[in-house]
Amino acid sequence: MARIVGGVTTSHIPAIGGAIAKGLQGTPYWKPFFDGYAPVRSWLDKVKPDVAVVIYNDHGLAFFLDQIPTFAVGAASEYPNEDSGWGLKPLPPVHGDLELSWHLIESLVADEFDITICQEMKVDHGFMVPMMTMWPEATAWPVRAIPIAVNTVQHPLPTAARCYKLGKAIGRAIEAYPEDLKVVVFGTGGMSHQLQGERAGFINKPFDQMFMRKLVEDPEALTRLSNTELVEQAGSEGIELIMWLAMRGAMTRGVSVVHSHYHIPVSNTAAGVLVLDNAA
Amino acid sequence: MAWSKHDYDRIPGTYVFNGRRSALGYPLNRMCMSFNHAENRESFKQDEEAYCQRYGLTPEQRDAVRARDVLKLVQLGGNIYYLAKFAGIFGLNVQDVGAQQRGMSVDDFKAMLEKAGEPTHG
Repeated sequence: MARIVGGVTTSHIPAIGGAIAKGLQGTPYWKPFFDGYAPVRSWLDKVKPDVAVVIYNDHGLAFFLDQIPTFAVGAASEYPNEDSGWGLKPLPPVHGDLELSWHLIESLVADEFDITICQEMKVDHGFMVPMMTMWPEATAWPVRAIPIAVNTVQHPLPTAARCYKLGKAIGRAIEAYPEDLKVVVFGTGGMSHQLQGERAGFINKPFDQMFMRKLVEDPEALTRLSNTELVEQAGSEGIELIMWLAMRGAMTRGVSVVHSHYHIPVSNTAAGVLVLDNAA
Repeated sequence: MAWSKHDYDRIPGTYVFNGRRSALGYPLNRMCMSFNHAENRESFKQDEEAYCQRYGLTPEQRDAVRARDVLKLVQLGGNIYYLAKFAGIFGLNVQDVGAQQRGMSVDDFKAMLEKAGEPTHG
């Protein structure tokens, strides 16, 4: 049977990709951020997952505002990365897992999640930056991946509670998959940040620290936050944290913390990373 | 006909990207989406006015594009992720754009972000 070997949350700020491309990981600005990823990489090297289910949001590469799925699941054998407007060199495509994708899709729909099925899906920095930070030295991606895109761009967005339930459904689906696979679930985005308006540059450290603690100990408490409260507390773009709750939902009720790291700022954002292990 | 009111309207300096804003900003965001392709960025640079015209931007939106006024563009329905593609054409990153919207220098803006990480702030 497939097994969830852990959950990882990580920010997916595009500047991280730029820093990796330019080899700036050791500079005074970037070192405190990248140092937080060394333990994640050692953990991944030890656990050696076969598949990563990556919960992320698209920022205008796969989807435009003409058609915005609330939840979209990739069902492709390959996910290409392309120019998102800044002329960065595209990263190598990530291989998918068709059978697991369709198993997930069937299971989620049976579980009353009316997802959008994507047999072609480009993946932008929201997906790729986590891949790069987890496996920066890989010449070929060492895992297959399944992108699950959550709408965090066009309001109304799904609620924190809904994302948590989606995570639970993802967890059930993975654990019911008959093949022996080790699956890691990534919840990406956040933490607090705001890119727009006169409040641009808003960061809320106490909120982020509370969020990281509760995500481990009492995620249900976080599902009671409304999207308005999340925008207010985490910033208009920090609401991406609903995707951390989706990852958390896929895990067992009790979890242990393998690693936790928090750093301000990366670009305009508070960056957080957590590695969680299911209760034995 | 009336647009629904939302409790998030009370959050200062924040323009939650809802249906009303998205409908208003649709031509602008559609133009920004086209900037995913290098040849479109080039063709915008060669004749901005014609390019904006082709996407049907309103006169107000065209003025704000001309002025590189990101805050105004947000107020006119631009989504910040799409506007980031526009700003990128002029070599502006999200910190430049953040500072501009907040009305401070980029150095002050960066210092403010650094300060948010200090122990006294949590």
